[in-house]
Amino acid sequence: MAPRKPAETKEAPVETTGANVSKDELLSYYRDMLLIRRFEEKAGQLYGMGLIGGFCHLYIGQEAVVVGLEAAAIEGDKRITSYRDHGHMLACGMDPKGVMAELTGRIGGLSKGKGGSMHMFSKEKHFYGGHGIVGAQVPLGAGLAFADKYNENGNVTFAYFGDGAANQGQVYETFNMAALWKLPVIFVIENNQYAMGTAQKRSTSTPDLYTRGAAFGIPGEAVDGMDVLAVKAASEKATAHCRAGEGPYILEIKTYRYRGHSMSDPAKYRSREEVQKMRDERDAIEHVRELLIQGGHATDEDLKAIDKEIKAIVNEAAEFSKESPEPPLEELWTDIYA
Amino acid sequence: MAVEILMPALSPTMEEGTLAKWLVKEGDTVTSGQIIAEIETDKATMEFEAVDEGTVGKILVAEGTAGVKVNTPIAVLVEEGESADAVAAPAATAPVAAAAAETPAPAAPAAPVEVVSKASADYPEGTAMKTMTVREALREAMAEEMRATPEVYLMGEEVGEYQGAYKISQGLLDEFGPKRVIDTPITEHGFAGIAVGSAFGGLKPIVEFMTFNFAMQAIDQIINSAAKTLYMSGGQMGCPIVFRGPNGAAARVAAQHSQDYAAWYAQIPGLKVVMPYSAADAKGLLKQAIRDPNPVIFLENEILYGQSFEVPVLDDFTIPFGKARIWREGSDVTLVSFGIGMKHTLEAADKLAAEGISAEVIDLRTLRPIDYDTVLASVMKTNRCVTVEEGFPVGSIGNHLSAVIMERAFDYLDAPVINCAGKDVPMPYAANLEKLALVTSDEVVAAVKKVTYR
Repeated sequence: MAPRKPAETKEAPVETTGANVSKDELLSYYRDMLLIRRFEEKAGQLYGMGLIGGFCHLYIGQEAVVVGLEAAAIEGDKRITSYRDHGHMLACGMDPKGVMAELTGRIGGLSKGKGGSMHMFSKEKHFYGGHGIVGAQVPLGAGLAFADKYNENGNVTFAYFGDGAANQGQVYETFNMAALWKLPVIFVIENNQYAMGTAQKRSTSTPDLYTRGAAFGIPGEAVDGMDVLAVKAASEKATAHCRAGEGPYILEIKTYRYRGHSMSDPAKYRSREEVQKMRDERDAIEHVRELLIQGGHATDEDLKAIDKEIKAIVNEAAEFSKESPEPPLEELWTDIYA
Repeated sequence: MAVEILMPALSPTMEEGTLAKWLVKEGDTVTSGQIIAEIETDKATMEFEAVDEGTVGKILVAEGTAGVKVNTPIAVLVEEGESADAVAAPAATAPVAAAAAETPAPAAPAAPVEVVSKASADYPEGTAMKTMTVREALREAMAEEMRATPEVYLMGEEVGEYQGAYKISQGLLDEFGPKRVIDTPITEHGFAGIAVGSAFGGLKPIVEFMTFNFAMQAIDQIINSAAKTLYMSGGQMGCPIVFRGPNGAAARVAAQHSQDYAAWYAQIPGLKVVMPYSAADAKGLLKQAIRDPNPVIFLENEILYGQSFEVPVLDDFTIPFGKARIWREGSDVTLVSFGIGMKHTLEAADKLAAEGISAEVIDLRTLRPIDYDTVLASVMKTNRCVTVEEGFPVGSIGNHLSAVIMERAFDYLDAPVINCAGKDVPMPYAANLEKLALVTSDEVVAAVKKVTYR
């Protein structure tokens, strides 16, 4: 038997200057990323005020990941992720009001207040949650891709998970079946370097997560997750691979979360300086801002106007989330069975 | 010395089989390890190897003979110069005769008289019936639903090319092809998750677990993903899926392969739980389960697979969930059971009838939802109740029913409710201990005597 060709895995951060990207595209990435950041900042604020309860995992710092990946999505493509899900929902076009009202546990929330921060869904936008058990969304995502393949509709699924989940057993069971059955699924590993409070080097025997599919014949590559254009380029490549019927693809997106794992994270496991350095030197929104200014696509004034517009959307969502009533008590007993 | 070749037991639950084909004839020399016959069990056709060397002196059971009991001599091997005739004839009949002598033939017909109250009849009176095993009924249910609905597919270990570890899916790969009958690797956690995801994506999977013991690997996906998503999504995203397979003790397979999960799954809001006893219920309820828009746990039993029952001949036969079946009407005590527990319960009812105690026997059939009304109405009539199940005794279905009966029919009770259940121990391997660990009809009889003060 001929030796099997190892799957191609590589670490290839793409140098992106924005030279080939249109003004409209850059502006839309800027807007989408800023919406996530301002929304999350507001959520943090509402949490501090006691309006949001329980667990609340913010996406600040990781905005370029979902915005870059969504840039290659077409209608009907599906996405599924873990409990750090607000950014994914905003990036695929779900209503910020519905997301925020879910965080406050109100009837106007996307799950009528019964899911909370970690559990929201949208059939219309093909967003399949919002899952609280680390790694469980990975086989679910492959299952969505299984349905797409069964229905022969040419769609793909983005199955997002973190560097922590990348060590879960069910992920590898899924890699095996996804490769065996050539499922059109992109495994997006959002490597923000900390599994809750455990640094990657303390939890993970081989740090190059993009090579984790090699044993199953799944190609993978590492991507600079602080560069939305690099993420977009990787997403285009991965989606093309899946749509061509070549099976799954792994993208390890190297990113960084500025805030704690959840709102109750004392952040003793990393230094303030480390976080500040990332913010100062690698911030994804700043990167696009520079491309817009330097490319002559926008002025400071233009960007300020966008900031204002986003702030208005977020404030409106916050207001809605406070005004929307709590779910009526009979909601306790509904939606248990279809 | 002549050696008898005995009918082998080829699976933990095999009691008899068909001698499908002899590959040797009288006078042939056989060597150790040579395949000498093909034997068909209810699960598969197996090749049978010779253990000893010698010459086939006599074939005692002709090929094509069905119902050959395990340990019946089927041939005699002789050494050179020996004659088979001398040893063959008595050897062939003696053990069978001895076995028959030990168990006197039952005076009454073995099957209990089935009295179904008209109100709970599942099909119109006068419907034509045919005899079918539980196995065939399950297969028919899946095949019919797969023919009717293209989104229905079957996934699991050995469901396709192997034709099913317990032959439930036999022939389905041929009819529906590999797109809809999918063999999986032995990774329950992963494939259960993929199936649940595909249900979110609009398909209607049937997941076969080779046994429910292995579903413990997948229980997070069953409970956290399948059962809870509709609620967590505020009603947006349901999960139409059936998880099915044999549940409970088979025979002599020890602790890790012998557990009844009825009470575990029955605890979970968002799941529906079905545990049929008869073939008609297996068919009607499985078809219903496949059509249900919710996740359904469908608990089968290996020992029941080969048992035959009357099944109505109808184009489209389904049984709604939450409807118990009264197998036998009675006035002295209510016996409530489900699944394989029904076998012991009906046996007990026969024994009780012989002693002049009239038992009403209720088969719950579905454990979520539970038909409390039928149970309560019966208890209000008989004023006594014994529950029967195979699972562990702590936190059992019987415990739950006792609480409901106490709360809603306390004043009707003339005795405490007794729960007959499996013993509070991991399943032992030794035959005598295993028997002791399982619930028996004698225990049910003893419990009834206690509640009827006899």
